[in-house]
Amino acid sequence: MDFFERFAVPHPSFAIYASMVAIGLTVVAVLAGLTYFKKWGYLWREWLTTVDHKRIGIMYLISALLMLFRGGVDAIMMRAQLSAPDLKLLDAQHYNEIFTTHGIVMILFMAMPFIMFFMNFVIPLQIGARDVAFPRLNALSFWLFFMGAMLFNISFIIGGSPDAGWTSYFPLAGNEFSTSVGTNYYMIAIQIAGIGTLMTGINFITTILKMRAPGMTLLKMPMFTWSAFIANVIIVFAFPVLAVLLAMGTLDRQFGTNFFTMDNGGMDMLWANIFWVWGHPEVYILILPAFGLYSEIISTFARRNLYGYKSMVGSMVLISLLSFLVWAHHFFTMGQGALTNSIFSITTMAIAVPTGVKIFNWLLTLRKGKIVITTPMLYSLLFIPLFTLGGVTGVMLAMSAADYQYHNTMFLVAHFHNVIIPGVVFAMLAGLTYYWPKMFGFMLNERIGKWTAWLLSIGFILSFMPMYITGLDGQARRMFTYSESTGFGPLNMVSFIGAGIMAIGFVLIVYNIYYSTRYASRNISNDPWDARTLEWATHTPVPEYNFAITPQVNSIEAFWDMKKKGHVIFKGEYEKIHMPNNSGIPFIMSCIFFVWGFSFVFSLWIPVIVTTIGIFVCMALRSFENDHGRYISVEEIEETETRLRGA
Amino acid sequence: MKMDHSLPLEYSTEENKLKILGFWIFLGAEIMLFATLFATYFTLVGRTAGGPTGAGIFEITPVLIETLLLLTSSFTVGLGIHAMRLGRKKAMIGFFITTLLLGLAFIGVEIYEFVHYVHVGAGLQTSAFTSILLTTLGTHGIHVTIGLFWGLFIVLQVWKRGLTPQTANKSFIFSLYWHFLDIIWIFIFSFIYLKGMM
Repeated sequence: MDFFERFAVPHPSFAIYASMVAIGLTVVAVLAGLTYFKKWGYLWREWLTTVDHKRIGIMYLISALLMLFRGGVDAIMMRAQLSAPDLKLLDAQHYNEIFTTHGIVMILFMAMPFIMFFMNFVIPLQIGARDVAFPRLNALSFWLFFMGAMLFNISFIIGGSPDAGWTSYFPLAGNEFSTSVGTNYYMIAIQIAGIGTLMTGINFITTILKMRAPGMTLLKMPMFTWSAFIANVIIVFAFPVLAVLLAMGTLDRQFGTNFFTMDNGGMDMLWANIFWVWGHPEVYILILPAFGLYSEIISTFARRNLYGYKSMVGSMVLISLLSFLVWAHHFFTMGQGALTNSIFSITTMAIAVPTGVKIFNWLLTLRKGKIVITTPMLYSLLFIPLFTLGGVTGVMLAMSAADYQYHNTMFLVAHFHNVIIPGVVFAMLAGLTYYWPKMFGFMLNERIGKWTAWLLSIGFILSFMPMYITGLDGQARRMFTYSESTGFGPLNMVSFIGAGIMAIGFVLIVYNIYYSTRYASRNISNDPWDARTLEWATHTPVPEYNFAITPQVNSIEAFWDMKKKGHVIFKGEYEKIHMPNNSGIPFIMSCIFFVWGFSFVFSLWIPVIVTTIGIFVCMALRSFENDHGRYISVEEIEETETRLRGA
Repeated sequence: MKMDHSLPLEYSTEENKLKILGFWIFLGAEIMLFATLFATYFTLVGRTAGGPTGAGIFEITPVLIETLLLLTSSFTVGLGIHAMRLGRKKAMIGFFITTLLLGLAFIGVEIYEFVHYVHVGAGLQTSAFTSILLTTLGTHGIHVTIGLFWGLFIVLQVWKRGLTPQTANKSFIFSLYWHFLDIIWIFIFSFIYLKGMM
């Protein structure tokens, strides 16, 4: 029995036991359903072993939506607990666990896969390629991310959630103050997912540099491809830092080293420094592709080309460089001195310049445009003022002297939600609505979509604007309650109502998917939005080889110029197409990684050794494998093309 | 598979070119990984908590032997790639095996070195300095160890399948990896050992 005691939840409650039962029942239901409907073979052949970038993209999307709801439930619980003074819905420990998992889930397991979904689905189409550079590696990236996310998510029912904040600062995250295995989960699960992300970065840089359609020079790439390219460069430079950091954290917690300890020479603030050397570029990994999506959407629905293409690219490059030079602004109050603080203040404020350039470029794109207000465009139009507000409060926080008042208050919480929700989340929802027809062959309902956009915006304003005020009044973040005499009660109630409105918005998204799946017309063209870039030049649904003939490009908006100026981009005859074979190794290897991670969390060294060997065996098998892919014949292409053209 | 015969075998197909570029980008990530370790090392190098310092535990002899072994192995892997480009399979395999044996000897001396450190009271848990010292050296050592297995698999494949675009590509990428580990070692040698002994 002693062996099993370690898996018990250290701080249980009824809700946790209820979730355990619910998760157990869901798993049983899914397994039973797959068996009853005889879908195991389909699942294995078409999804678990796929190396097709479009399918991998859709799997990222499903994971991101699931995690959005997990993180959303966390958010609602926090707002409910704070909605009135001295509430006892959650105790301090549960509140700690919930704000920790909310942060990690939303950033690493919701926003990141959402970005990965767009990169996977859109980029090969946008640059006219058949797939990414390393399709098999791409599958491995997804499955490692997925297993990392799942490992993180089981923490709250097996062994206890991490509870030291998403930043997991030492010494709080050390063994002395975080006694459960929760923080081990943090270290290992993020490590596994992070390896996947790093490989995605390598994969997409190679893809974008080497696999563009003939004629598409770097300065003729669509803006989303540019933004994703820069984000991937940041990934490759930032994620190894995270890997080392998490490894050192693991060593400290499980092997007794002294990197971040309080004695034996350890330096606790070293964690905070290295964390933000990764952490700040990470937020630009999220926001740059979002900017890219807005650029595509705004230029499509303003019915004109993007204003200031080169300055858009230049400002993103500048942002990516500056992102590595601002990390200390996360702890101005640490006491590193006035000179250091001033330098980091200036670099931080400098980021507002290229970001401002982008805002003005979007505004100037809208000027003289013939604006069509569709759901994606509505999100983009709401994004511009709301995000600018977040940017302005960011500049306020960047002033290190003033930061002593804002530091660790709800003001900060309001700021970063103010940039992440209108910046990233709105972009994801706008992009989802925009690319939905390309993925599934029907459009999401516009009426419900616009309602959602408005509800989310109003809910967002009600949720987060009050926090600016309570934060300036001194309400600390991460406190599970406050007394009535502080006077924070009414504004927190407004926040809670706002959170409820946002929740309705997110439920409406699900309803919209259901409604549109049932009722939307399947009779749409390949280009329902009258868009401008290559991804709309192929059929809907996209055939597995993407383009029957590789497009030849000689302008930025190749597809628009084909439609309006009569450029010919598909020249020549069909040729047989080389495609990669499916493989089970990425999935199996990632499952082994999951067991490895789980055993590591609980310091079960024998399974750790066995699974480590298993992982290397998978790599060796891959090395010795002789797989040259397969060819799609010309007849097959002709057949597919005729069928898709007829539909 | 389209082949371009004007290029060396390892670059001859589109897929091969992608893999080489991808690996260069991976090496960029590896540079960041070691840069983080070095930055941490320089931060914590003075924090010995009354325990052993670098000057107290470093021994020049094993470190010089390790350096010699690894630098020579980098030279032999270069000769191996040269032989590969001349199409001389046997010579190439010979040079690769020499490389791997030198790498193995390096690991042997490094293990001896680690045992020595623990013996003189500089274990992983002693102080912040020893933690980062052994973690940095260990990370490099694990890289070399993985390289040994990887190199062995590649030798076996070249031996069985001959010099094809695929095996040549793998061998070339392996040589990039091996040279990279050598460069990291030069940094370790200069900035950890030599600087520490001064």
